[in-house]
Amino acid sequence: MAKKATAKKKAPASKAKNRAGLNDDIGEENRLRMWQLQLEVRHVEQRLHDLFFQNLIKGTSHLALGQEAISAGFGAAMRPDDYTFCTYRGHAHTLVRGTSMTGMIGELMGKECGMLKGKGGSMHLTDVSKGAMGSYAIIGAHLPIAAGAAWQAQYNNTGQIAACFFGDGTTNIGAFHEALNFAVIWNLPVVYVCENNLYMEYTPISEVTAVEHPAADRAGAYGLPSIIVDGNDADAVFRVATEAFDKARSGGGPSLIEAKTYRHSGHSRADPGTYRPEGELEEWLKKDPIPMYRQRLLDFGVKEDVVSGIEDAVLQAVDEATEEAKASPTPPMEYAYTDVWADGGSSWRN
Amino acid sequence: MAELTYREAVIEAIAQEMRRDERVVFLGEDIAKAGGVFKATVGLWEEFGDLRVRDTPISEQAILGAAMGAAMTGLRPIAEIMFSDFLAVCWDIVTNQIAKSRYMTGGQVEVPLVIRTANGGGARFGAQHSQAVENWAMMIPGIKVVAPSTPADVKGLLAAAIRDPDPVLFFEQKSLYATKGEVPDGEHVDELGKAKVVREGDDVTILALGLMVPRAIEAAERLQAEAGISASVVDIRSLVPLDTQTILAEVKKTARVVTVEENPRLCGWGAEIASIIAEECFYDLDMPVVRITTPHIPLSSADELEDEMIPSVDRIFESVRREVD
Repeated sequence: MAKKATAKKKAPASKAKNRAGLNDDIGEENRLRMWQLQLEVRHVEQRLHDLFFQNLIKGTSHLALGQEAISAGFGAAMRPDDYTFCTYRGHAHTLVRGTSMTGMIGELMGKECGMLKGKGGSMHLTDVSKGAMGSYAIIGAHLPIAAGAAWQAQYNNTGQIAACFFGDGTTNIGAFHEALNFAVIWNLPVVYVCENNLYMEYTPISEVTAVEHPAADRAGAYGLPSIIVDGNDADAVFRVATEAFDKARSGGGPSLIEAKTYRHSGHSRADPGTYRPEGELEEWLKKDPIPMYRQRLLDFGVKEDVVSGIEDAVLQAVDEATEEAKASPTPPMEYAYTDVWADGGSSWRN
Repeated sequence: MAELTYREAVIEAIAQEMRRDERVVFLGEDIAKAGGVFKATVGLWEEFGDLRVRDTPISEQAILGAAMGAAMTGLRPIAEIMFSDFLAVCWDIVTNQIAKSRYMTGGQVEVPLVIRTANGGGARFGAQHSQAVENWAMMIPGIKVVAPSTPADVKGLLAAAIRDPDPVLFFEQKSLYATKGEVPDGEHVDELGKAKVVREGDDVTILALGLMVPRAIEAAERLQAEAGISASVVDIRSLVPLDTQTILAEVKKTARVVTVEENPRLCGWGAEIASIIAEECFYDLDMPVVRITTPHIPLSSADELEDEMIPSVDRIFESVRREVD
């Protein structure tokens, strides 16, 4: 298994240095962690993109390039035993829980080492051992499912929360509204995060939605405050995540957060994104969360070699994971016939 | 043995399992304080309280989604969908999520839950509250499908479904709620996936499910009395897993098979069983397999029209007599 880059070891003991004038409520350890998580997501996704064009990955994939700050900010604010529910655009949310890069890359390549034994693929990434409770490929379905996991936490008084990520398009399907109402009336510890990247698939969300802010403007209908955050700023995301998680853990019930962002690539690998107006992507590339965050770390006085060292370690980890996945055999044929039932088999008759 | 109604057996099964296992929780529309629209959950909220027996909004996706999320993380939920017709509004959660998650995640995710629902006709409710939809469920890999016909089976099979590590869709026939039968005293847990020969006979085997079982038994009594035909009746009880061994053994014994299905004709469970029989014991048969079903038409609400469509004792009797003679 490829070693994951470990930020903590490389972080210098420079935390005590006074950085007057800069908002340092988040702390260097969390910032370096978010830097690492954003890089892991960015570089794994770019690698997946490359592997597609080498025809080593089949099917489809939905990249979140440009949206990394959201999963990283929430991921850094989570407890290891918290639950994540995400969509088919879920490489990011699964990775930030600390799942194996080899397992993920191998799953997309259809290899035995795949985290789902080659039975799920890009759209269903799951690592229960890390609290990544699944990537759901039918829009809206996982919102009530996340509420159910939060119900378990409430019922057993475990202090866990469920974080549920979805896109702007999800706000127009019934399950969104059912889940929000349900979570509020049962006061469940679940945090709903709408990643508004302006497009549902190919159609701008603004063309098909009655309100300007597809999630935040609906929050009031469920008695929730309207929360909008800059989804390209991991620090801003971390703050809003921490607040929502604290509220949920202390019995304050659910939150709905709308994170404004932009995906640099099309909806899926089949989509070059030509429907976007000229210059829009370029404008958003100026707000790319990765270079922005690099600069922030430097502004805070983190040494360039520390910042770059983390990136180098992530790239090395992605390289190693890629090689391991390539070297893994294809899944044994018997995998096709296992795991339908709890007994491990697939028999429907005696 | 105590005599209970079918609906009382539902209550007894849930109460038995909730007393035994703190992880068992129950949610649905009007199931708590109101005791259920069919009064099949009366007293559970009073005994187990707000935390374990919970009323929900009219949000079927939320009900089944929440049940799934709770099951994935360690609870043992029972979810009620008031009428089985309403499964259509939350079918994504049943077929795409609950049924497939174990497989798609390479066995990581478990979904031990029970969906209870009132199925079938006979109550003059019309085409959106009377359907027998067990064949919808049977088509989906990854979900067990159970439909009891007696109070004893309700209690034993519902208890078994709650204890089962796989998701179970449990069809209660709404016209049977008031029927009575003997139920074993004390803890009663049956086994999923077993058919039951409920009437022994030599000339023909009638395979039936749910409401069709008591009708098949009554028809068999008349066949004996009025036509001298000795009919065996098998209560299928479980469509998935399917007890093909019991079915095939009966078929080989009588060499004649009639299925009695409440579901509409196309892709009813009898078609699947007929195909298994054709593949595995065709040369034991003395006549083609006969299927008696509701026609492939939405159900009517008027008494006479609904009775015309759902297989009746008379229709079973006449069909079997005609085919066997």
